[in-house]
Amino acid sequence: MTLRAATALVGAYDTAVGVVPGVTPTELCAEAIRGAVADAGLALGDVDGLITCNAMAQPILYHAEAMAEYLQLFPKLCLSLATGGGTTVTALAHAAAAIQAGEVDTVVLAMADSLRSGLTRDQAMRMQSSTGHPDFEQPYGPTVPAYYALIAQAHMARYGTRPEHFARVAVDTRAHAARNETAQKRDPITVEDVLASRPIADPLRLLDCSLVSDGGSAVVLTRADRARDLARPPVYCLGFGEGHSHEHISQAHDLTASAARESGAAAFAMAGLGPTDLAFAQLYDCFTPTVLVELEDLGFCAKGEGGTYLASEGMGPGARLPVNTHGGMLSHCHPGNPGAMFALTEAVRQLRGDCGERQVAGAEAGLVHAQGGIMSSHATLVLGREV
Amino acid sequence: MERIQPQRIDGLAAPYFAGCREGELRLQHCPSCGHWQFYPRPFCTACGAEAPAWEAASGQGTVASFSVVRRGLSPAYEAPYTVALVDLAEGPRMMSVIIGCEPEAVTVGAPVTVCFEQWSEDLSLPVFRLDETGGVK
Repeated sequence: MTLRAATALVGAYDTAVGVVPGVTPTELCAEAIRGAVADAGLALGDVDGLITCNAMAQPILYHAEAMAEYLQLFPKLCLSLATGGGTTVTALAHAAAAIQAGEVDTVVLAMADSLRSGLTRDQAMRMQSSTGHPDFEQPYGPTVPAYYALIAQAHMARYGTRPEHFARVAVDTRAHAARNETAQKRDPITVEDVLASRPIADPLRLLDCSLVSDGGSAVVLTRADRARDLARPPVYCLGFGEGHSHEHISQAHDLTASAARESGAAAFAMAGLGPTDLAFAQLYDCFTPTVLVELEDLGFCAKGEGGTYLASEGMGPGARLPVNTHGGMLSHCHPGNPGAMFALTEAVRQLRGDCGERQVAGAEAGLVHAQGGIMSSHATLVLGREV
Repeated sequence: MERIQPQRIDGLAAPYFAGCREGELRLQHCPSCGHWQFYPRPFCTACGAEAPAWEAASGQGTVASFSVVRRGLSPAYEAPYTVALVDLAEGPRMMSVIIGCEPEAVTVGAPVTVCFEQWSEDLSLPVFRLDETGGVK
Protein backbone atom coordinates (compact mmCIF):
# COMPACT_ATOMS: atom_id res chain seq x y z
CA MET A 1 0.00 0.00 0.00
CA THR A 2 1.70 3.19 -1.14
CA LEU A 3 1.43 6.60 0.45
CA ARG A 4 1.47 8.11 -3.05
CA ALA A 5 -1.33 10.71 -3.26
CA ALA A 6 -3.06 9.22 -0.21
CA THR A 7 -3.00 12.63 1.46
CA ALA A 8 -2.99 16.29 0.53
CA LEU A 9 -1.98 19.56 2.14
CA VAL A 10 -5.11 21.68 2.42
CA GLY A 11 -4.11 24.48 4.77
CA ALA A 12 -0.96 26.55 5.26
CA TYR A 13 -0.13 29.55 7.41
CA ASP A 14 2.99 31.50 8.41
CA THR A 15 3.11 34.01 11.27
CA ALA A 16 5.12 37.19 10.93
CA VAL A 17 8.80 36.19 10.81
CA GLY A 18 12.16 37.80 11.46
CA VAL A 19 12.23 39.91 14.60
CA VAL A 20 8.91 39.33 16.39
CA PRO A 21 9.41 40.47 19.99
CA GLY A 22 6.89 40.28 22.81
CA VAL A 23 5.27 37.07 21.59
CA THR A 24 6.10 33.63 22.99
CA PRO A 25 6.73 30.56 20.84
CA THR A 26 3.51 29.09 22.29
CA GLU A 27 1.56 32.11 21.06
CA LEU A 28 3.22 31.92 17.63
CA CYS A 29 2.47 28.20 17.43
CA ALA A 30 -1.19 28.71 18.38
CA GLU A 31 -1.54 31.49 15.79
CA ALA A 32 -0.04 29.22 13.13
CA ILE A 33 -2.37 26.31 13.99
CA ARG A 34 -5.49 28.50 13.98
CA GLY A 35 -4.37 30.18 10.78
CA ALA A 36 -3.70 26.95 8.89
CA VAL A 37 -7.02 25.41 9.97
CA ALA A 38 -8.90 28.56 8.87
CA ASP A 39 -7.01 28.56 5.54
CA ALA A 40 -8.28 25.02 4.93
CA GLY A 41 -11.84 26.14 5.63
CA LEU A 42 -12.00 23.79 8.61
CA ALA A 43 -12.78 24.25 12.30
CA LEU A 44 -10.40 23.29 15.12
CA GLY A 45 -12.84 20.51 16.04
CA ASP A 46 -12.13 18.85 12.67
CA VAL A 47 -8.51 18.28 13.66
CA ASP A 48 -7.91 14.83 15.15
CA GLY A 49 -4.11 14.79 14.97
CA LEU A 50 -1.53 17.30 16.19
CA ILE A 51 2.23 17.07 15.69
CA THR A 52 4.56 19.76 17.03
CA CYS A 53 8.23 20.26 17.80
CA ASN A 54 9.59 21.73 21.01
CA ALA A 55 10.79 25.35 21.13
CA MET A 56 14.32 26.19 22.28
CA ALA A 57 13.24 29.59 23.62
CA GLN A 58 10.38 28.07 25.64
CA PRO A 59 10.98 24.35 26.19
CA ILE A 60 7.90 22.43 27.31
CA LEU A 61 8.25 18.80 28.41
CA TYR A 62 5.15 17.52 26.63
CA HIS A 63 4.91 20.11 23.91
CA ALA A 64 2.14 18.79 21.65
CA GLU A 65 -0.08 17.97 24.64
CA ALA A 66 0.47 21.48 26.00
CA MET A 67 -0.42 23.03 22.63
CA ALA A 68 -3.55 20.89 22.36
CA GLU A 69 -4.63 22.00 25.81
CA TYR A 70 -3.84 25.64 24.98
CA LEU A 71 -6.19 25.44 21.99
CA GLN A 72 -8.67 23.12 23.71
CA LEU A 73 -8.04 20.51 21.04
CA PHE A 74 -8.68 16.85 21.94
CA PRO A 75 -6.89 14.86 19.24
CA LYS A 76 -6.55 11.10 18.80
CA LEU A 77 -2.89 11.49 17.80
CA CYS A 78 -0.70 13.97 19.68
CA LEU A 79 3.08 13.86 19.20
CA SER A 80 6.08 16.08 19.81
CA LEU A 81 8.77 15.09 17.33
CA ALA A 82 12.35 16.23 17.12
CA THR A 83 14.63 15.26 14.28
CA GLY A 84 16.08 18.75 14.12
CA GLY A 85 15.57 20.65 10.90
CA GLY A 86 14.33 17.48 9.23
CA THR A 87 11.31 17.27 11.54
CA THR A 88 9.03 19.07 9.09
CA VAL A 89 9.12 16.41 6.38
CA THR A 90 9.68 13.42 8.69
CA ALA A 91 6.62 14.35 10.76
CA LEU A 92 4.50 14.81 7.66
CA ALA A 93 5.43 11.33 6.39
CA HIS A 94 4.33 9.75 9.66
CA ALA A 95 1.15 11.83 9.69
CA ALA A 96 0.37 10.63 6.17
CA ALA A 97 0.91 7.03 7.24
CA ALA A 98 -1.41 7.49 10.23
CA ILE A 99 -4.07 8.99 7.95
CA GLN A 100 -3.75 6.19 5.44
CA ALA A 101 -3.97 3.60 8.22
CA GLY A 102 -7.28 5.14 9.24
CA GLU A 103 -6.01 6.20 12.64
CA VAL A 104 -6.86 9.86 11.99
CA ASP A 105 -8.38 12.02 9.24
CA THR A 106 -6.83 15.45 9.61
CA VAL A 107 -3.45 16.27 11.11
CA VAL A 108 -1.99 19.68 11.86
CA LEU A 109 1.79 19.98 11.86
CA ALA A 110 2.93 23.14 13.63
CA MET A 111 6.28 24.52 14.72
CA ALA A 112 7.38 27.88 16.13
CA ASP A 113 10.34 29.35 17.99
CA SER A 114 11.86 32.66 19.02
CA LEU A 115 15.60 32.20 18.60
CA ARG A 116 16.04 35.89 17.88
CA SER A 117 13.96 37.55 20.59
CA GLY A 118 13.64 34.75 23.14
CA LEU A 119 17.34 33.89 23.54
CA THR A 120 20.55 35.90 23.70
CA ARG A 121 22.92 35.36 20.77
CA ASP A 122 25.24 33.39 23.05
CA GLN A 123 22.38 31.23 24.34
CA ALA A 124 21.24 30.48 20.78
CA MET A 125 24.81 29.63 19.73
CA ARG A 126 25.44 27.36 22.73
CA MET A 127 22.11 25.60 22.42
CA GLN A 128 22.66 24.84 18.76
CA SER A 129 26.28 23.73 19.12
CA SER A 130 25.18 21.27 21.85
CA THR A 131 24.31 18.98 18.94
CA GLY A 132 27.99 17.93 19.08
CA HIS A 133 29.05 14.83 21.00
CA PRO A 134 29.29 15.93 24.65
CA ASP A 135 32.47 13.95 25.40
CA PHE A 136 34.34 13.72 22.10
CA GLU A 137 33.37 16.81 20.05
CA GLN A 138 32.03 19.71 22.14
CA PRO A 139 35.19 20.19 24.29
CA TYR A 140 37.12 21.21 21.16
CA GLY A 141 34.85 24.23 20.65
CA PRO A 142 33.24 23.53 17.27
CA THR A 143 30.48 26.00 16.40
CA VAL A 144 27.53 25.04 14.19
CA PRO A 145 29.05 26.91 11.21
CA ALA A 146 32.29 24.99 11.83
CA TYR A 147 30.48 21.63 11.63
CA TYR A 148 29.17 22.56 8.18
CA ALA A 149 32.49 24.13 7.21
CA LEU A 150 34.06 20.66 7.66
CA ILE A 151 31.70 19.41 4.94
CA ALA A 152 32.45 22.42 2.71
CA GLN A 153 36.22 22.06 3.09
CA ALA A 154 36.08 18.34 2.29
CA HIS A 155 33.98 19.07 -0.82
CA MET A 156 36.46 21.73 -1.94
CA ALA A 157 39.40 19.36 -1.48
CA ARG A 158 37.74 16.45 -3.26
CA TYR A 159 35.95 18.21 -6.12
CA GLY A 160 37.62 21.59 -6.55
CA THR A 161 34.53 23.47 -5.36
CA ARG A 162 35.26 27.12 -4.56
CA PRO A 163 33.91 29.65 -2.05
CA GLU A 164 32.29 31.62 -4.90
CA HIS A 165 30.21 28.53 -5.74
CA PHE A 166 28.81 28.51 -2.21
CA ALA A 167 28.35 32.28 -2.42
CA ARG A 168 26.12 31.87 -5.47
CA VAL A 169 23.60 30.06 -3.26
CA ALA A 170 23.37 33.09 -0.96
CA VAL A 171 23.12 35.55 -3.86
CA ASP A 172 20.36 33.70 -5.74
CA THR A 173 18.43 33.02 -2.55
CA ARG A 174 18.48 36.74 -1.77
CA ALA A 175 17.16 37.48 -5.28
CA HIS A 176 14.13 35.31 -4.45
CA ALA A 177 13.70 37.03 -1.08
CA ALA A 178 13.68 40.43 -2.81
CA ARG A 179 10.36 39.32 -4.36
CA ASN A 180 8.86 38.20 -1.05
CA GLU A 181 7.67 41.01 1.18
CA THR A 182 7.60 38.74 4.24
CA ALA A 183 11.33 37.94 4.03
CA GLN A 184 13.67 39.12 6.79
CA LYS A 185 16.48 40.18 4.39
CA ARG A 186 15.57 41.58 0.95
CA ASP A 187 18.44 43.84 -0.20
CA PRO A 188 20.23 42.29 -3.18
CA ILE A 189 23.76 40.99 -2.61
CA THR A 190 26.59 39.96 -4.95
CA VAL A 191 29.14 37.16 -4.85
CA GLU A 192 31.70 39.83 -3.94
CA ASP A 193 29.54 40.90 -0.98
CA VAL A 194 29.46 37.31 0.30
CA LEU A 195 33.21 36.84 -0.12
CA ALA A 196 33.87 40.17 1.65
CA SER A 197 31.56 39.45 4.60
CA ARG A 198 32.97 38.62 8.02
CA PRO A 199 34.76 35.25 8.24
CA ILE A 200 32.94 32.90 10.63
CA ALA A 201 34.45 29.42 10.16
CA ASP A 202 36.60 28.96 7.03
CA PRO A 203 35.47 28.75 4.28
CA LEU A 204 32.12 30.08 5.53
CA ARG A 205 31.47 33.78 5.91
CA LEU A 206 28.59 35.63 7.49
CA LEU A 207 26.48 35.66 4.31
CA ASP A 208 26.98 31.89 3.90
CA CYS A 209 25.11 31.43 7.19
CA SER A 210 21.35 31.39 7.69
CA LEU A 211 19.52 33.96 9.79
CA VAL A 212 18.53 33.82 13.43
CA SER A 213 14.81 34.50 13.56
CA ASP A 214 11.45 34.29 15.30
CA GLY A 215 8.46 32.76 13.59
CA GLY A 216 5.94 29.97 13.38
CA SER A 217 4.20 28.02 10.68
CA ALA A 218 1.62 25.24 10.31
CA VAL A 219 0.07 23.04 7.65
CA VAL A 220 -3.05 20.87 7.56
CA LEU A 221 -2.85 17.38 6.06
CA THR A 222 -5.91 15.29 5.28
CA ARG A 223 -7.15 12.34 3.19
CA ALA A 224 -6.92 13.04 -0.54
CA ASP A 225 -10.60 12.21 -1.11
CA ARG A 226 -11.62 14.67 1.61
CA ALA A 227 -9.21 17.34 0.32
CA ARG A 228 -11.15 17.85 -2.90
CA ASP A 229 -14.15 19.27 -1.03
CA LEU A 230 -12.24 21.83 1.00
CA ALA A 231 -11.69 25.57 0.56
CA ARG A 232 -8.37 25.57 -1.30
CA PRO A 233 -6.97 23.54 -4.22
CA PRO A 234 -5.37 20.43 -2.69
CA VAL A 235 -1.62 19.91 -2.95
CA TYR A 236 -1.01 16.17 -3.07
CA CYS A 237 1.83 14.40 -1.27
CA LEU A 238 3.14 12.23 -4.09
CA GLY A 239 6.34 10.84 -2.62
CA PHE A 240 8.09 10.62 0.76
CA GLY A 241 11.57 9.35 1.54
CA GLU A 242 13.94 9.36 4.49
CA GLY A 243 17.61 8.59 5.03
CA HIS A 244 19.70 8.62 8.21
CA SER A 245 23.49 8.23 8.16
CA HIS A 246 24.88 9.47 11.51
CA GLU A 247 24.29 12.02 14.23
CA HIS A 248 27.75 13.45 14.94
CA ILE A 249 29.76 14.76 11.99
CA SER A 250 32.90 12.96 13.19
CA GLN A 251 30.99 9.68 12.68
CA ALA A 252 29.77 10.42 9.13
CA HIS A 253 31.02 7.71 6.78
CA ASP A 254 31.18 10.20 3.91
CA LEU A 255 31.68 13.94 4.43
CA THR A 256 30.82 14.98 0.88
CA ALA A 257 27.73 12.83 0.19
CA SER A 258 24.63 12.58 2.35
CA ALA A 259 21.61 10.41 3.03
CA ALA A 260 19.71 12.81 0.76
CA ARG A 261 20.63 10.24 -1.88
CA GLU A 262 18.46 7.63 -0.15
CA SER A 263 15.65 10.01 0.85
CA GLY A 264 15.48 11.59 -2.60
CA ALA A 265 15.57 8.30 -4.48
CA ALA A 266 12.76 6.92 -2.30
CA ALA A 267 10.60 10.03 -2.70
CA PHE A 268 11.05 10.14 -6.49
CA ALA A 269 10.34 6.41 -6.80
CA MET A 270 7.09 6.72 -4.82
CA ALA A 271 6.01 9.78 -6.82
CA GLY A 272 6.91 8.27 -10.17
CA LEU A 273 8.69 11.53 -11.00
CA GLY A 274 12.31 12.58 -11.39
CA PRO A 275 14.39 15.72 -10.91
CA THR A 276 13.57 17.07 -14.39
CA ASP A 277 9.80 16.90 -13.72
CA LEU A 278 9.88 19.58 -11.02
CA ALA A 279 9.17 23.31 -11.35
CA PHE A 280 11.05 24.20 -8.16
CA ALA A 281 12.87 22.73 -5.19
CA GLN A 282 12.88 24.04 -1.64
CA LEU A 283 16.15 22.76 -0.15
CA TYR A 284 17.54 22.99 3.37
CA ASP A 285 19.87 25.97 3.46
CA CYS A 286 21.15 26.39 7.01
CA PHE A 287 24.50 27.12 5.30
CA THR A 288 25.26 27.56 1.60
CA PRO A 289 27.24 24.29 1.13
CA THR A 290 24.21 22.30 2.30
CA VAL A 291 22.29 23.38 -0.78
CA LEU A 292 25.17 22.49 -3.10
CA VAL A 293 25.47 18.97 -1.65
CA GLU A 294 21.67 18.47 -1.76
CA LEU A 295 21.52 19.53 -5.43
CA GLU A 296 24.00 16.74 -6.13
CA ASP A 297 22.57 14.08 -3.84
CA LEU A 298 18.95 14.65 -4.98
CA GLY A 299 20.09 14.20 -8.59
CA PHE A 300 19.68 17.75 -9.92
CA CYS A 301 23.32 17.55 -11.07
CA ALA A 302 26.07 14.94 -11.00
CA LYS A 303 28.07 14.22 -7.83
CA GLY A 304 30.89 16.71 -7.46
CA GLU A 305 29.44 19.10 -10.05
CA GLY A 306 27.37 21.25 -7.69
CA GLY A 307 29.82 24.13 -8.02
CA THR A 308 29.87 24.21 -11.80
CA TYR A 309 26.08 23.66 -11.89
CA LEU A 310 25.51 26.69 -9.68
CA ALA A 311 27.97 28.78 -11.70
CA SER A 312 26.28 27.95 -15.02
CA GLU A 313 22.58 27.42 -14.15
CA GLY A 314 22.16 29.31 -10.87
CA MET A 315 19.05 28.78 -8.73
CA GLY A 316 17.49 32.23 -8.65
CA PRO A 317 14.29 33.56 -10.24
CA GLY A 318 14.06 32.29 -13.83
CA ALA A 319 16.67 29.56 -13.34
CA ARG A 320 15.98 26.13 -14.86
CA LEU A 321 15.33 24.97 -11.29
CA PRO A 322 14.49 27.85 -8.94
CA VAL A 323 15.49 26.89 -5.39
CA ASN A 324 13.99 28.37 -2.22
CA THR A 325 11.57 30.70 -3.95
CA HIS A 326 10.55 32.31 -0.64
CA GLY A 327 14.13 33.25 0.25
CA GLY A 328 15.03 30.20 2.33
CA MET A 329 16.58 30.26 5.74
CA LEU A 330 19.42 32.37 4.35
CA SER A 331 17.12 35.34 3.62
CA HIS A 332 13.47 34.65 4.58
CA CYS A 333 13.83 33.38 8.15
CA HIS A 334 15.38 30.66 10.30
CA PRO A 335 13.77 30.20 13.71
CA GLY A 336 15.68 26.91 14.28
CA ASN A 337 13.77 23.65 14.01
CA PRO A 338 10.77 25.28 12.24
CA GLY A 339 13.03 26.47 9.39
CA ALA A 340 11.83 24.00 6.76
CA MET A 341 8.16 24.67 7.59
CA PHE A 342 8.38 27.85 5.54
CA ALA A 343 9.78 25.87 2.61
CA LEU A 344 6.73 23.62 2.90
CA THR A 345 4.17 26.42 3.08
CA GLU A 346 5.92 28.13 0.16
CA ALA A 347 5.67 24.91 -1.87
CA VAL A 348 1.93 24.77 -1.12
CA ARG A 349 1.49 28.39 -2.21
CA GLN A 350 3.53 27.85 -5.39
CA LEU A 351 1.42 24.84 -6.35
CA ARG A 352 -1.77 26.77 -5.64
CA GLY A 353 -0.47 29.55 -7.91
CA ASP A 354 -0.69 32.08 -5.06
CA CYS A 355 2.82 33.54 -5.18
CA GLY A 356 2.24 36.73 -7.19
CA GLU A 357 5.47 38.34 -8.36
CA ARG A 358 7.57 35.29 -7.43
CA GLN A 359 5.19 32.65 -8.85
CA VAL A 360 6.98 29.96 -10.85
CA ALA A 361 4.93 29.84 -14.06
CA GLY A 362 2.99 26.63 -14.61
CA ALA A 363 4.23 24.93 -11.44
CA GLU A 364 2.69 21.45 -11.41
CA ALA A 365 5.11 19.63 -9.12
CA GLY A 366 7.87 20.56 -6.70
CA LEU A 367 10.07 19.19 -3.97
CA VAL A 368 10.78 20.01 -0.33
CA HIS A 369 13.90 18.60 1.33
CA ALA A 370 14.77 18.98 4.99
CA GLN A 371 17.71 17.76 7.03
CA GLY A 372 18.58 17.74 10.69
CA GLY A 373 21.66 17.32 12.83
CA ILE A 374 24.85 17.92 10.82
CA MET A 375 23.68 16.56 7.44
CA SER A 376 22.43 13.60 9.50
CA SER A 377 18.67 13.04 9.06
CA HIS A 378 17.26 13.65 5.61
CA ALA A 379 13.66 13.70 4.48
CA THR A 380 12.29 14.47 1.02
CA LEU A 381 8.73 15.19 -0.13
CA VAL A 382 7.52 15.46 -3.72
CA LEU A 383 4.30 17.47 -4.06
CA GLY A 384 1.96 17.99 -6.99
CA ARG A 385 -1.25 19.72 -8.08
CA GLU A 386 -2.56 16.55 -9.69
CA VAL A 387 -2.65 12.94 -8.53
CA MET B 1 36.49 30.86 31.94
CA GLU B 2 36.99 27.14 31.49
CA ARG B 3 36.61 25.31 28.21
CA ILE B 4 33.88 22.67 27.89
CA GLN B 5 34.75 19.49 29.80
CA PRO B 6 33.64 16.05 28.65
CA GLN B 7 30.43 15.13 30.50
CA ARG B 8 31.50 11.61 31.45
CA ILE B 9 35.11 10.50 31.91
CA ASP B 10 34.48 7.47 34.12
CA GLY B 11 32.79 4.17 33.31
CA LEU B 12 33.17 2.83 29.79
CA ALA B 13 35.47 5.64 28.60
CA ALA B 14 37.74 5.61 31.68
CA PRO B 15 40.64 3.83 29.87
CA TYR B 16 40.53 6.49 27.14
CA PHE B 17 40.81 9.40 29.55
CA ALA B 18 43.38 7.55 31.69
CA GLY B 19 45.45 7.12 28.51
CA CYS B 20 45.17 10.85 27.81
CA ARG B 21 46.55 11.58 31.30
CA GLU B 22 49.44 9.20 30.58
CA GLY B 23 50.17 10.62 27.12
CA GLU B 24 48.82 7.64 25.17
CA LEU B 25 45.94 7.59 22.70
CA ARG B 26 43.90 4.44 23.38
CA LEU B 27 41.21 3.00 21.15
CA GLN B 28 38.96 -0.04 21.39
CA HIS B 29 40.20 -2.99 19.32
CA CYS B 30 37.98 -6.02 18.85
CA PRO B 31 39.80 -9.30 19.62
CA SER B 32 37.25 -11.24 17.54
CA CYS B 33 37.33 -9.37 14.23
CA GLY B 34 40.19 -6.87 14.53
CA HIS B 35 37.96 -3.78 14.12
CA TRP B 36 39.20 -0.55 15.73
CA GLN B 37 36.49 1.80 16.95
CA PHE B 38 35.99 5.27 18.36
CA TYR B 39 34.03 6.52 20.31
CA PRO B 40 33.81 3.73 22.92
CA ARG B 41 30.90 1.32 23.19
CA PRO B 42 30.45 -1.88 25.22
CA PHE B 43 30.30 -3.90 21.98
CA CYS B 44 32.04 -4.04 18.61
CA THR B 45 30.04 -2.14 15.95
CA ALA B 46 31.49 -4.39 13.21
CA CYS B 47 30.86 -7.92 14.55
CA GLY B 48 28.80 -7.38 17.69
CA ALA B 49 31.28 -9.05 20.05
CA GLU B 50 31.13 -7.91 23.68
CA ALA B 51 33.73 -5.82 25.49
CA PRO B 52 36.32 -4.80 22.90
CA ALA B 53 39.85 -4.49 24.35
CA TRP B 54 41.63 -1.17 24.84
CA GLU B 55 44.94 -0.80 23.01
CA ALA B 56 47.41 1.99 22.36
CA ALA B 57 46.99 3.56 18.93
CA SER B 58 49.90 4.84 16.86
CA GLY B 59 48.83 8.44 17.35
CA GLN B 60 49.32 9.02 13.62
CA GLY B 61 46.64 10.23 11.26
CA THR B 62 45.72 12.50 8.40
CA VAL B 63 43.42 15.52 8.23
CA ALA B 64 40.07 14.45 6.71
CA SER B 65 38.77 18.01 6.93
CA PHE B 66 39.21 21.16 9.01
CA SER B 67 37.83 24.61 9.63
CA VAL B 68 39.57 27.64 11.05
CA VAL B 69 37.00 29.01 13.49
CA ARG B 70 37.11 32.80 13.25
CA ARG B 71 34.22 33.45 15.66
CA GLY B 72 34.87 31.40 18.78
CA LEU B 73 32.24 29.38 20.60
CA SER B 74 32.63 31.45 23.78
CA PRO B 75 35.23 33.63 25.50
CA ALA B 76 36.93 30.40 26.64
CA TYR B 77 37.73 29.61 23.01
CA GLU B 78 39.97 32.30 21.60
CA ALA B 79 39.68 32.55 17.80
CA PRO B 80 41.23 31.66 15.48
CA TYR B 81 41.51 27.96 16.24
CA THR B 82 41.47 25.00 13.86
CA VAL B 83 38.85 22.31 14.42
CA ALA B 84 39.66 19.17 12.44
CA LEU B 85 38.46 15.67 11.69
CA VAL B 86 41.43 13.31 11.86
CA ASP B 87 41.49 9.90 10.20
CA LEU B 88 43.58 7.80 12.56
CA ALA B 89 46.00 5.28 11.03
CA GLU B 90 44.01 2.46 12.68
CA GLY B 91 40.81 3.52 10.85
CA PRO B 92 38.53 5.49 13.16
CA ARG B 93 37.91 9.20 12.64
CA MET B 94 37.86 11.66 15.53
CA MET B 95 37.30 15.37 16.05
CA SER B 96 40.13 17.38 17.53
CA VAL B 97 42.06 20.61 17.01
CA ILE B 98 45.32 21.22 15.13
CA ILE B 99 47.76 23.21 17.25
CA GLY B 100 51.24 24.62 16.90
CA CYS B 101 51.01 26.08 13.40
CA GLU B 102 49.53 28.94 11.43
CA PRO B 103 45.91 28.05 10.54
CA GLU B 104 46.76 28.54 6.85
CA ALA B 105 49.31 25.70 7.02
CA VAL B 106 46.61 23.02 7.50
CA THR B 107 45.39 21.15 4.41
CA VAL B 108 43.07 18.20 3.81
CA GLY B 109 45.23 15.07 3.69
CA ALA B 110 48.06 16.53 5.80
CA PRO B 111 49.70 13.98 8.12
CA VAL B 112 49.39 14.72 11.83
CA THR B 113 50.55 13.24 15.13
CA VAL B 114 48.74 13.27 18.45
CA CYS B 115 49.89 15.18 21.51
CA PHE B 116 48.04 15.97 24.71
CA GLU B 117 46.83 19.26 26.09
CA GLN B 118 45.84 19.99 29.70
CA TRP B 119 42.08 20.72 29.63
CA SER B 120 41.53 21.10 33.37
CA GLU B 121 43.40 20.26 36.56
CA ASP B 122 43.12 16.50 36.15
CA LEU B 123 42.14 16.08 32.52
CA SER B 124 44.07 16.10 29.25
CA LEU B 125 42.64 15.71 25.76
CA PRO B 126 44.25 14.59 22.52
CA VAL B 127 45.11 17.35 20.04
CA PHE B 128 47.20 17.10 16.89
CA ARG B 129 50.24 18.74 15.29
CA LEU B 130 51.19 18.75 11.63
CA ASP B 131 54.06 16.34 10.93
CA GLU B 132 57.19 18.36 10.23
CA THR B 133 58.64 15.56 8.13
CA GLY B 134 56.09 16.31 5.44
CA GLY B 135 54.23 13.10 5.88
CA VAL B 136 56.79 10.27 5.87
CA LYS B 137 55.58 7.61 8.27
